[in-house]
Amino acid sequence: MDFIKDLEKELVEFPEYPAFKAGDTVAVTYKIKEGEKERLQKFQGVVIQRRSSGVTETFTVRKMSGTVGVERIFPIASPFIDSIELVRSGKVRRSRIFYQRKRTGKSARIKEKRRF
Amino acid sequence: MATGLIGKKRGMTSIFDENGKALPCTVIEVGPCYVTQVKTEKTDGYNAVQVGFGEKKENRTTQPLQGHFKKAGVSPKRKLVEFSHFAKEIKAGDEITAADVFAEGEFVDVIGTSKGKGFQGVVKRHGFGGVGQQTHGQHNRLRAPGSIGAASYPARVFKGMRMAGQTGNERVKVQNLRVLKVLEDKNLVLVKGAVPGFNGNTVIIEK
Repeated sequence: MDFIKDLEKELVEFPEYPAFKAGDTVAVTYKIKEGEKERLQKFQGVVIQRRSSGVTETFTVRKMSGTVGVERIFPIASPFIDSIELVRSGKVRRSRIFYQRKRTGKSARIKEKRRF
Repeated sequence: MATGLIGKKRGMTSIFDENGKALPCTVIEVGPCYVTQVKTEKTDGYNAVQVGFGEKKENRTTQPLQGHFKKAGVSPKRKLVEFSHFAKEIKAGDEITAADVFAEGEFVDVIGTSKGKGFQGVVKRHGFGGVGQQTHGQHNRLRAPGSIGAASYPARVFKGMRMAGQTGNERVKVQNLRVLKVLEDKNLVLVKGAVPGFNGNTVIIEK
C-alpha cells in the first residue's frame, strides 16, 4: 500500500487547504467549464463526511437550498477546486454526521468549536 | 500472440486527466524483462521471442532450466513467456523495458489469474436469479439452479450445462485497457481500469 501512496504523491499535485473535518462549514470555490470559458462558483455548506485517503479522498458538503437539501461530493485532489475556505468549525461527536440529513431548522444547528 | 511483456500488479489508484476527470487505474510494474531465447522459423518452425521476468534463486532452478538461462547469459527468472512480432531486432540476453514496448494512449490486453472464490453456487458463478420468492412452498431452494434438462428424452444432461463449481483462480484476459502513463525510470505502467488477480500477482501485458 505504501508503494501506491508514494506513487500518488509523485503523480498528483496535492494543493494545500486548511484542515477541516465533519461538522465544519466550508466554502468551496470550484471551476466550471462552459464551452471554452472557465468561471468560478462557490458552494458553501457543512462537511458531513471525509472518506478514503490519498488521491481518492473525497468530502461531502451539504447545504440547504431553500427547503431542499443539496449535497456535493468533491475529490480533494481535484484540479477543479480553486480554493477551500474554512468558514466555521463545528463541534460534533462523529466523523460522519449523516443524522444531519434528517434534521431541519433548529435541530440542524451545529455548535461552534471554541478554541482558547 | 502479439508483442508484450511480463509484469507484476502493484495496486490501484486514480489519477486526473487533462480535463480534470478522475480515472481509476492499475499500477503494473512491467519488466525489465530479459530475452532468454529467440525462436526463428529456421530452427523452431515459427518466429517468437521468449522473455523472462522476476529473479529466482539458482538452487531453486532445475538443471535443464539453469542451462537454458546460462545459454542466454541471464540469471534465472521466475516466469517465462513467449511473444511474437517484436518490432526491432533482438538477441538473447537483451533487456527490454516498459518504455521500449508501451506508449501512452495505446490500448493493451492484460492477462492474469483471477482471485479464487472457491466452490460457488450458480447464483454467484453464473449470475442465476435464484428462486424469486421466499414463500409459497420455498424453504430450502432459494439459490438452487432449478431444472437442468428434460426427462426421458434426451435422458442425459447436456455438456456445458452451467452448474456450481470452482469459481475464479483461472486465467482471465481483459482487453482494450488504455495505457494512461508509462514511468520509464520506475518501470511502471498505469492502465485504466481493473486487472484480474491480487496485488503482487504476475500479469502479462500485450499489445
